[in-house]
Amino acid sequence: MTFLEKYKDEISDILSRYPVMRSALIPLLYVAQRDQGYVTESAMQEIAHLLRLTPPQVYETITFYTMFNLKPVGKFHIQVCKSLMCALVGSDTVIEWIKTKLGIGPGELTTDGLFSLSVVECLAACGTGPMMQINEDYYEQLTESKLDRILTDLRSTGTSPLKSGPFMWPEPVKT
Amino acid sequence: MPKHELILLKNMMQPGYTGSLTDYEKTGGYQALRNTLGKIAPADVTAIVRKSGLRGRGGAGFPTGVKWGFLPKDYQGPRYLCCNADESEPGTFKDRQLMERDPHQVLEGIVLACYAIGSETAYIYIRGEMVLGSKILEQAIGEARVAGYIGKNILGSGINVDVWVHRGAGAYICGEETALLESLEGKRGLPRIKPPFPATHGLYNKPTVVNNVETLANLPHIITRGPEWFAAIGSPPKSTGTRVFCVSGHVKRPGNYEVPMGMTVRELVYEYAGGMRSDKPLKAFIPGGASAPFLTPAHLDVKLDFEHVAAAGSMLGSGGVTVMEEGTSMVWAALRLMEFFYHESCGKCSPCREGSSWLVQTMRRIFAKRGRMEDLETLLDLCKNIAGRTVCAFGDAEVAPIQSTMKHWRQEYVDLINEAEAANLIRPEPVARR
Repeated sequence: MTFLEKYKDEISDILSRYPVMRSALIPLLYVAQRDQGYVTESAMQEIAHLLRLTPPQVYETITFYTMFNLKPVGKFHIQVCKSLMCALVGSDTVIEWIKTKLGIGPGELTTDGLFSLSVVECLAACGTGPMMQINEDYYEQLTESKLDRILTDLRSTGTSPLKSGPFMWPEPVKT
Repeated sequence: MPKHELILLKNMMQPGYTGSLTDYEKTGGYQALRNTLGKIAPADVTAIVRKSGLRGRGGAGFPTGVKWGFLPKDYQGPRYLCCNADESEPGTFKDRQLMERDPHQVLEGIVLACYAIGSETAYIYIRGEMVLGSKILEQAIGEARVAGYIGKNILGSGINVDVWVHRGAGAYICGEETALLESLEGKRGLPRIKPPFPATHGLYNKPTVVNNVETLANLPHIITRGPEWFAAIGSPPKSTGTRVFCVSGHVKRPGNYEVPMGMTVRELVYEYAGGMRSDKPLKAFIPGGASAPFLTPAHLDVKLDFEHVAAAGSMLGSGGVTVMEEGTSMVWAALRLMEFFYHESCGKCSPCREGSSWLVQTMRRIFAKRGRMEDLETLLDLCKNIAGRTVCAFGDAEVAPIQSTMKHWRQEYVDLINEAEAANLIRPEPVARR
């Protein structure tokens, strides 16, 4: 089954939101990325055909945005923020912990294919740094023990209760 | 604890407030919309917003009502509203809280803005990383659609407004309004040359308004309580209302604090954010996100409003206040921000694309104690030739950290270079002077 057939309903829903088809490009690339963990060349070609774009038009767009993976990443893709605000409160230490615990550096993948690491710029959680994003979830105010628990949780259950919910910081003080 | 009345954060500070439609309606939510649609003329809504003095909360601080007024009045055809939720200025995390904790407040603002400018379609361009935020917004839109606040014939007024969430994909520059429009059109997020401005040639070349999340969230309150009430808050006449300041860095209680504009940095940092996290004194702070020049302890009594911060040599920007304690290397801090800008330069304009890479290399060399005195000249020369010579304001932003740290802490650069010269290490050949 092709990519377009597999997600037929979702794709037509996305297309209905925009008066100009090309606007659906980024949302469709997200669907493709969700399917395989990265965006395959065949998916890009199918999307190009659907939106009446040339394959280079799709490629020039996808390569501009850092959130699209053009090659496979780990089942859990860890992105640690290293911008100034997180760096002030210890993001470099977090990167070192991950390097030691998982034995991978930025841009690398563990041999079991579970974890990959990227070091990224600001993720808008500056007040609750150091922080990281794993797949779709934020993990904030990291400490070494918290990181250990997150990694253990992910290995065993595939998710961790330590991920951030709807953001609010500081939390309201009870009066 | 708050000494001032909260406006935007008021609901979410209530214990047990979930941000659902029921909760929002209980606090008087969507009353502004009920009292406006079909009862106040769209032009009058614009006049109210103009009178309130509301200025954009995204960074540039442009008066919102004036921006709306730029749309062509006699234009037949679609117009668009884009809610800029691409919050990616380092040091800023207020929009995330506004969207995830009280999404209907933002949505009500969006529908009001659409009504004022005559738009039937609004896109919320949310940064791609905020998956949770986009899900919360989608859910809230669903609730509002069922309740008749969004969609066709809203509250029986004959007004149609559709709101869609569009996720970005990780590019800082897409917070710049024309780059946002390019990205929304499914292209690379390269800023457009202005003029023409989005007000006449925006999304799909149609009249378009781009407003920040916090700006839009203010609208229901302005409509309900009147422009005079809003204009009296803060430091009128030019900086009215409250700001949600995002305090980060070396403070005891970092986080979002909503205070009236015109509060001093000292009050914000020492009373709200609990002061410095250790016994080390404050060394430097950034008042408005990574693009704003650094300021020193001598500026602690500067009032946080557009004019006073600008007069002190920085800018209020997005309201991200980052505090650094004594012992933080300013060269290192400027280098970290420079690395950010180098990574995020979109590559459209040569001064910014080539200049950012040159600046980062020179800064890395100085910080690694491999610099030479001429490097300081090179840095300033580069900064001078980037700022003001690019299509968007990114060029001005990226030179701010280096220029301001060099202005206030030049000795730190000199010390690193002196160490390099004393060690007499083998250095690469100097870059040829232009």
